[in-house]
Amino acid sequence: MINSHDILETINMIDNENLDVRTITMGISLLDCVDSDAEKACVKIYDKICRYAGYLVRTGEDISKDYGIPIINKRISVTPIAMIAGACPGSDPIRYAKALDRAARTVGVNFIGGYSALVHKGFGPGDYALMRSIPQALAETELVCSSVNIGTTKSGINMDAVDRMGQIVLETAKATADRDCIGAAKLVVFCNAPEDNPFMAGAFHGPGEPDCVINVGVSGPGVVRAALAKAGDCDITAVADIVKKTAFKITRMGQLVAQEASRRLCVPFGIVDLSLAPTPAVGDSVAHILEEMGLERCGAHGTTACLALLNDAVKKGGVMASSHVGGLSGAFIPVTEDAGMIRAAREGALTLTKLEAMTAVCSVGLDMINIPGDTPAEIISAIIADEAAIGMVNSKTTAVRVIPAIGKKAGEELSFGGLLGGGPIMEVNRYSPAKFIRRGGRIPAPMQSLKN
Amino acid sequence: MQAVITVIGKDMVGILARVSTICAEHNVNVVEVTQSVLQELFAMIMMVDISKCSVPFSELSDCLTALGSEMGLTIHVMHEDIFNSMHHV
Repeated sequence: MINSHDILETINMIDNENLDVRTITMGISLLDCVDSDAEKACVKIYDKICRYAGYLVRTGEDISKDYGIPIINKRISVTPIAMIAGACPGSDPIRYAKALDRAARTVGVNFIGGYSALVHKGFGPGDYALMRSIPQALAETELVCSSVNIGTTKSGINMDAVDRMGQIVLETAKATADRDCIGAAKLVVFCNAPEDNPFMAGAFHGPGEPDCVINVGVSGPGVVRAALAKAGDCDITAVADIVKKTAFKITRMGQLVAQEASRRLCVPFGIVDLSLAPTPAVGDSVAHILEEMGLERCGAHGTTACLALLNDAVKKGGVMASSHVGGLSGAFIPVTEDAGMIRAAREGALTLTKLEAMTAVCSVGLDMINIPGDTPAEIISAIIADEAAIGMVNSKTTAVRVIPAIGKKAGEELSFGGLLGGGPIMEVNRYSPAKFIRRGGRIPAPMQSLKN
Repeated sequence: MQAVITVIGKDMVGILARVSTICAEHNVNVVEVTQSVLQELFAMIMMVDISKCSVPFSELSDCLTALGSEMGLTIHVMHEDIFNSMHHV
């Protein structure tokens, strides 16, 4: 029996607290599209994506109507293209990016992820060429997202790749300098990248995944904040409990949508990603949850503790609500996509060093941070190395998505529009790590414990 | 198979009549209605049986949403599963 309180609560969450399913992402394996002729491979890729995902957008819209839940994005992730492009050495990987972009337009999805390479232990065939082509690929396509995994807990950090990625991030921003450097907002550098992440820009379809799969990412920071506001002056144990219960409800909704999408599309259900993903919209902010817990501004001392509690409670609540949990699962802290973070950064309450500490306890990493356009490549590489080290040592996913604002300085702003938002440019530490970055080599995998 | 229709907004003549007319036109049976008027705010929750609905569910939903915007009310039509899954373990 459904009672009216529950019904009105759900409707209030959707109407006033921005409850939504952030994304239905279809993962498609392209391993059977490999061909030594790059042109043929691209035709196979385009055809397979259109065949598998032809009804994805329509189905998402139908489910959204039937259940009355907004489903914001429909997306596709594919096998890391470096694994496909490796079969035709000498050919330009750009054509794969263009084939992906064309396919994404044909089926009508918001983004397609997987212009990626996994180089955590070294460069395989195709990896180096793909990495080199990223700036051009992201400048000449609109819907393609790219990611590179440069480290894991099991294999350490590939410092040659870290060195290269600093330069590539900078070049990507330069190639799109006329569009607020948006290319860099579609490029993520990972440590411990998950194979089933439905969120962009880091989504790709890992080699261990099935031929095709449906992954769903939930959201709902506004709902969590409203629940905490309603609870008033309770102690922190009660706060954790409220977050858990709210996360449970949000995730159940995601699970329902995932199962329904999987049934209607006849594609196996993969995972639900239990994430609190903010948007720049008012009332959809993770920073505001932290402030609701009792901080004057996000970034104040105490932020890391509040975020650790939030991240853990979201997982505890969500795990029981879903049959399979995966992806990034936790609280996201993308600065330009979160109204509360944008304000805190503008006011100087939130700094890059605090954000780095926060990434040790949140679900991803330094995400959507604008840095000055004259930041040298080796400083970007060093930011990546620091972040990867946090991920490697703590056996968690970390990532770097920084946007060098070409031609602009700290204090000025970049604006991307849409879900990517916009925000102030944050200063970096200018002391040079150049010698460390130029050394190259690999940081050995860390000791996890003395198991016997 | 049941769905929940909720209507929230300013009270006026004919809300229940017009919503249930649309249900009848589409062969949707009204199973249960609860409504309250609190300080001129009208809130109605209607359980309906959609198993013999003559049009696809999304069309019914469009019809009622259009009525809502015409009358200045917020009308939601949602499959009952959403409430069952969110509020019951």
